[in-house]
Amino acid sequence: MHSIPGRRLIMGLFLIFLLLPIYWLVNMSFKTNAEIVSTMTLWPHTPTLQHYKRIFTDESWYSGYINSLEYVILNTIISISVALPAAYAFSRYRFLGDKHLFFWLLSNRMAPAAVYALPFFNLYSAIGLFDTPWAVALAHCIFNVPLAVWILEGFVSGVPREIDETAFLDGYSFPRFFIRILVPLIASGIGVAAFFCFMFSWVELLLARTLTSVQTKPIAAIMTRTVSAAGMDWGLLAAAGVLTIIPGALVIWFVRNYIARGFALGRV
Amino acid sequence: MDKTVNQKAWFLVLPVFLVVAFSAVLPLMTVVNYSMQDTFGNNQFFWNGVGWFKELLDPSTDLGGRFLASLGRNLFFSLVILAIEVPLGIVVALSMPRDGWTVAACLVTLALPLLIPWNVVGTIWQIFGRPDIGLLGYTLNAIGIDYNYVSNAVDAWITVIVMDVWHWTSLVALLCYAGLKSIPEAYYQAAQIDGASRWAVFKAIQLPKMNRVLLIAVLLRFMDSFMIYTEPFVVTGGGPGNSTTFVSIELVKIALGQFDLGKAAALSLVYNLIILIVCWIFYTVMTNAGSERKPQEGAA
Repeated sequence: MHSIPGRRLIMGLFLIFLLLPIYWLVNMSFKTNAEIVSTMTLWPHTPTLQHYKRIFTDESWYSGYINSLEYVILNTIISISVALPAAYAFSRYRFLGDKHLFFWLLSNRMAPAAVYALPFFNLYSAIGLFDTPWAVALAHCIFNVPLAVWILEGFVSGVPREIDETAFLDGYSFPRFFIRILVPLIASGIGVAAFFCFMFSWVELLLARTLTSVQTKPIAAIMTRTVSAAGMDWGLLAAAGVLTIIPGALVIWFVRNYIARGFALGRV
Repeated sequence: MDKTVNQKAWFLVLPVFLVVAFSAVLPLMTVVNYSMQDTFGNNQFFWNGVGWFKELLDPSTDLGGRFLASLGRNLFFSLVILAIEVPLGIVVALSMPRDGWTVAACLVTLALPLLIPWNVVGTIWQIFGRPDIGLLGYTLNAIGIDYNYVSNAVDAWITVIVMDVWHWTSLVALLCYAGLKSIPEAYYQAAQIDGASRWAVFKAIQLPKMNRVLLIAVLLRFMDSFMIYTEPFVVTGGGPGNSTTFVSIELVKIALGQFDLGKAAALSLVYNLIILIVCWIFYTVMTNAGSERKPQEGAA
């Protein structure tokens, strides 16, 4: 691959642009509130862990992380398990209305969450799922299931059809072929799809906030509580923000070679 | 590889169909139902026919004025961020290191903003831009630029745009990088033998190979920026005044703020229709690009 002159400089500047705001957040999370408000310091002069301590010891804070993880994981499992057979069907067969169905799925990936916030609220209240992780997990399926189908379809199409035919000749039944042969073959694809479901469910707030009230409030919604009569608790807000970046930063390492392919919906 | 016709494949698709239908079709029907009615609270509804839709498309009414103004702002926003993010993304992708550990380091750093919850992205920039405690706001004011995104509409716009560039340029860059990686080394060697200039290589080899991913990038960015809600809401709350109120923010204001269900539902439908049309263009272009590619690959 051939690059352009001055590429090190351009890359360096761009990475600094990306990292500087994040650094500022991390920096603030280690400062005392007095230091944040009174002086402008480029690094914490009196470093403190008080904000992190508060989050890890106060249940109303750390339960937010657990709530978020709960619906995110639930959503990932639902999305992948329904998307796998569909991805296989779209990749291997032609059937009545397949193109329309595919377009319909894609159109849901693109639907604005704001449109669905209120009807979802009514729907899940009516069936008694409001304020449970299931409500958010199901609501997030609207954009994650299409995404998972798209990504997995790309990976299934990469598996040669001869493998299916050989397996069926060897007397494998369809479910057995699916679980024993196909799933291991596209394991990396499943990993990538799971990562993207995890990610889009993790970063979404509007639906998650609308569909929960007390029991299952996501961390992102709890963060808004730092605004109080006594003013803003900036340090605490920053610490909570830093902690929401960590899960993404951890999983990203495992899929670094597939990131672009996933964002292109498996179409690169 | 031709696909075989098999209607039983519907059974494999059925779970997806049911899950998505449950979370898409049912709510959409509710929206259609609301859009024809008016409510005065207490769950009392009155038939209003297409009244809301008429009002929505008429700029002289309150609802129509707000909708069309936010639509205009949203389109302007989408165009501005596309004009910045696409060229910048290409330049960043071309600047990627060739090999070694720096490649992985760059990829991970690039992807980092994409994985931050959207409201935290808002929070990061809200803090970063504040004149009293934020590095950016403080520095700008210290060198004599009067910058305050809370009270000045232009500053608010700049902040929201820079935030979006920060958040999403990496996506364009990663997609372009994937496109560039698929170019065989032999192409470059041939170009070198022909004595092609750097610009000629970009125009004749790299750009055509990036066509497909660029298309995906442009359309994804257009649609996602067209539905943007959380980040500007956290930073500016749609203000000062209404200067950064985009369509989604206006919609949530009407639906959950004023609980004007009829108006909100009508707005939702028109909004969704616009997205659907753009999406259809996207899909058609994508599938056509896919079918055009095959004979080319066969020839190569």
